[in-house]
Amino acid sequence: MMASERKTIRLRWGTLLIAALLALLCLLWVYPFLWLLSASLKEPLEIFSKGLNLIPDKAQWENYARAWSTAGFAQYMLNTILVTAGTVLLVVLHCALSGYVLGRYDFYGRRLIIGILGATFVIPAGMTIIPIVDLTQDLGLLSSRWGIILALAGSGQAAGILLYAGYFQRIPKELEEAAVIDGASFFTVFFKIMLPLAGPVTATVSVLTFLFAWNSFLIPLVFTFGSPELRTLAVGMLAFVGTNETDWPGMAAAATLSLLPVVILFFFAQRYLVEGFAGAVKS
Amino acid sequence: MAMGQGAAPASAGARKDGSAEEIARQVWQSRWLYVFLLPTVILYSAYTIWPIVASIRYSLLDWNGFDSDGVFIGLANYSELASDPQFWNAFGNTLMFLVLAVPLRVGLALVLAVALNDPRLPFVRVMRTALFLPVVTTGAIVGVVMRFVLDPTGGPINVALLDSGLLERPVNFLGQASLALYSAVAIWVWKWLGVTLIYWLAALQTIPKDLYEAASIDGAGHVEQFRYVTVPLLVPFLIIITLLTAVEATNVFDLLLTLTGGGPFYATEVIDIFVYRQAFAANIPRLGYASAAALFFGACIVLLAALQMAVRWQLRRRAGEAR
Repeated sequence: MMASERKTIRLRWGTLLIAALLALLCLLWVYPFLWLLSASLKEPLEIFSKGLNLIPDKAQWENYARAWSTAGFAQYMLNTILVTAGTVLLVVLHCALSGYVLGRYDFYGRRLIIGILGATFVIPAGMTIIPIVDLTQDLGLLSSRWGIILALAGSGQAAGILLYAGYFQRIPKELEEAAVIDGASFFTVFFKIMLPLAGPVTATVSVLTFLFAWNSFLIPLVFTFGSPELRTLAVGMLAFVGTNETDWPGMAAAATLSLLPVVILFFFAQRYLVEGFAGAVKS
Repeated sequence: MAMGQGAAPASAGARKDGSAEEIARQVWQSRWLYVFLLPTVILYSAYTIWPIVASIRYSLLDWNGFDSDGVFIGLANYSELASDPQFWNAFGNTLMFLVLAVPLRVGLALVLAVALNDPRLPFVRVMRTALFLPVVTTGAIVGVVMRFVLDPTGGPINVALLDSGLLERPVNFLGQASLALYSAVAIWVWKWLGVTLIYWLAALQTIPKDLYEAASIDGAGHVEQFRYVTVPLLVPFLIIITLLTAVEATNVFDLLLTLTGGGPFYATEVIDIFVYRQAFAANIPRLGYASAAALFFGACIVLLAALQMAVRWQLRRRAGEAR
């Protein structure tokens, strides 16, 4: 009796200790963002003089105004939103179409396509960048948002295709058979029945692609060398600190603005995100 | 990616009947399937397959990108690479990233996943969210921000270390050649740990609960349960999670270019940055040379992936024999 009681107490202490350690670790994980938020509202000297105190004396909102208009982040934000929206739309469309066909039908070339998707999965992004720039230049799209969108939507979307294929494979056959008897065409079956059924996958693919496009760097960087007005937030940030090395609050405000949309998305769509990542392991 | 088995309903009908006419008829019958595949096939051909093929041709050229085409020089780019200390420095740094950061991320995430999988722990969801937060943030912006966070003169990390008396003089985490790569590894692990954590949590959830109950009836304590139930069942996951993490470790361009730009003195220059510098950031771009470097590295990665597939296949076969 005594021994087992002691054991539960020790276990509880152990759990508490683990919880405390984990809490400390989580603080370490979140702290840089808290510091960023705090620095974005401080005066330049305050960042240095107040040490670890995160509360600003008086919120300096003009840091945001400076980043937004003077430093051009309003334009960068617009570019990033357009590029991200275009990429998400294009990726969802082409992944849903091909995932549907690959998951539900057997046809000549199916194995070849799945093989190529699997084999190119590990190719590092840096490896294909030179021909991609060359191709985009030949298409006359190098200094345009469409060029960025096409390149982002075309590189490394195997995961989205396989997510759709896996989902469509599990939908019972009777569903579309009934529709075909009613005279629905292949097109109608897909757009009116199948795509709406795949809502959860569309959500997961959209969220993952949103993050991929919003956070992309190499392609927007090399595509906008000659056209600074097309820079995305990530590229603009590097340019900003290149010329304003000492403007810490401006940097912090610009970074906060750039990260805010993805962090908000993350809080609302965490479930889809976690499912998307976990799916990679489960399959 | 295990889809592909379990062929779907065959709209094309019976297939094994090989005459050309029959094939043509079946292809025509399933023409809508090919129409649906068209956007993916076009995008994939243009932005993934063609670039790989074109890289091979580029790597045999001396080409600065200003002229419409380069001069064919055979394998000269490759022989130059073989004796270029800067390339091997970059190769070594990428390798360091792989052997240092990947086990660190996979191991630390496993420990955290086992801890967070404990139902008695409070605030598991909050903690998971906190650890996942850096994952969703833009790597290039995190790189810039971390330059300031680790700044020796006013960055909060140094301020904290100095205030607490742990240090007497500030540490230049990113400006010191001997330290910069380790700092970069630490930041990369910090940023991406949440993904590996999700992988492990998904893996742990595949273990049936009754296995633990059975083990505890047989008198196994927590340590024995971990050793004899959890670990053996996680081995197949370890391989796939390590591969996924290793693939990510070869894509560190955005974080490193903004964090250190490959410096100081090339101490953090990884392959991607070497390629970028040769192709886009040099006064006279060397597209052929950069392509050769990219291709050589890509081939190494594909080889590594093939090796891991072979190991997995071996393991599965051995497991089959044991049964």
